[in-house]
Amino acid sequence: MEQQIKSQNRSCTEAILARYGKAPFFFFFLLRKLKIQICGIKSFASQIAVLIFLLGRPLVLITMPKQQANWSPYDNNGGSCVAIAGADYCVIAADTRMSTGYNILTRDYSKICKLANKCVMASSGFQADVKALQKHLAARHLIYQHQHNKQMSCPAMAQLLSNTLYYKRFFPYYSFNVLGGLDNEGKGCVFTYDAVGSYEKVGYSSQGSGSTLIMPFLDNQLKSPSPLLLPVQDAVTPLAEAEAVDLVKTVFASASERDIYTGDKLEIVVINADGINREYMDLRKD
Amino acid sequence: MFRNQYDTDVTTWSPAGRLFQVEYAMEAVKQGSAAIGLRSKTHIVLGCVNKANSELSSHQKKIFKVDDHIGVAIAGLTADGRVLSRYMRNECINYSFTYESPLPVGRLVVQLADKAQVCTQRSWKRPYGVGLLVAGLDESGAHLYYNCPSGNYFEYQAFAIGSRSQAAKTYLERRFESFTDASRDDLVKDALMAIRETLQGETLKSSVCTIAVVGVGEPFHILDQATVQQMIDAFEIVGEQEGPAAAGQEASAEPEPEQGGAAAGEGVAPMDI
Repeated sequence: MEQQIKSQNRSCTEAILARYGKAPFFFFFLLRKLKIQICGIKSFASQIAVLIFLLGRPLVLITMPKQQANWSPYDNNGGSCVAIAGADYCVIAADTRMSTGYNILTRDYSKICKLANKCVMASSGFQADVKALQKHLAARHLIYQHQHNKQMSCPAMAQLLSNTLYYKRFFPYYSFNVLGGLDNEGKGCVFTYDAVGSYEKVGYSSQGSGSTLIMPFLDNQLKSPSPLLLPVQDAVTPLAEAEAVDLVKTVFASASERDIYTGDKLEIVVINADGINREYMDLRKD
Repeated sequence: MFRNQYDTDVTTWSPAGRLFQVEYAMEAVKQGSAAIGLRSKTHIVLGCVNKANSELSSHQKKIFKVDDHIGVAIAGLTADGRVLSRYMRNECINYSFTYESPLPVGRLVVQLADKAQVCTQRSWKRPYGVGLLVAGLDESGAHLYYNCPSGNYFEYQAFAIGSRSQAAKTYLERRFESFTDASRDDLVKDALMAIRETLQGETLKSSVCTIAVVGVGEPFHILDQATVQQMIDAFEIVGEQEGPAAAGQEASAEPEPEQGGAAAGEGVAPMDI
């Protein structure tokens, strides 16, 4: 026991050597040459220790170059999400590949989460943050149900999600979300978010690693003229439900060709007046 | 109990070792309208009598859903009950957020009891004036607990609290042995019968009572009025035919013959034995 304790004690010299390297010793030798003794202390290393205590930070700046953080709390698990709003339906889709760096973690991970009866969220980004965000929203939804005796509507959930994201403005959820569902009148609605909660109601959206490939194609197929032009046109697409699902399948098949983080399987969720329906489609596995 | 010099503060003991304020709080529970609970191996049924302030107002909510597997019926100061059920809901949500599994009923009940105890030992607080019948289902089966304002809690096979609950208790005592293996519907019928006991002569209608059920494969929910009325109609007729052989009522003190069901509606006193 005693021997163990002894070996754990480092002498002053060893401690300084380990932390600052040889530089302080050279500095000290210089002082010695000039016959300057610090504080009447005889021991070599103790004088250095006092100096370090007094000079502290400047000493560090001289002896050690500035280091960047070599650990990040975030990781990107990749993947893409898409949502399209129709007149009486909403399609939300996401691939099921989860990756890190150039590796695949799993081919079968769902990025889609049902938040309320008629409200579904798909998120890509850092899945640990996504999971935490989903749990947080589920708990808040429970509270809402206890207080209001009904389910949250999609626009209400959209606002809640935005507030939740902004709450962590200075340590954000690394989560890029699209929220899709039916509003109180049964019309499809899609909300698209950035990582800190800025959101907008749109007719269609995509997020994630494949979004740069997917979004322009959706714009080409679905974009409606600006709401500033008259006559005012609906943001929701006039496409039928089956056509929208086909469009989503096409879009993901194309994105899988060029985006390495998108592939394996596609999960499509369709919300309409009858409820929520889920289907799967295989994508390229490379 | 009479007023005495030891009952001003909850933090004052009486020479006989009693805390009168706590006992007065239990009195408040007895003043509230009745609530009953009974359980089998797989289901628990909660029932309560709806008391409305006047003809014009709606009745107070006395049964609360706490989680899919837990519900509570209260008697006494309903405001206190509302606050406590909000606390219980929060606890359930936090637990299932952390552990991804439902909060065991026994734990919740202990937390409630500890919360009640705090109010019996602070000079700036008063005890909660509400008794809670906590019904819950967890891995170890179906449970029914009663939480007092004193901070005590007990587990029951069946229990009744509130005004005129003694009548219901007597009925339950007579019948409780059959509860363990009873079917869900029989349990609800027993609950309705017990509620009828507390009504003491008033007609049992679905507008007068509320029933809630939780069980295996059945999340906690309050039965809607139509269903309850159906069940009342179903057993009411049977009750009249069976006459005195039906579930007993304690002797005497029963002013009038029971409420009429659809049929006869006069004179028959099925509860007399």
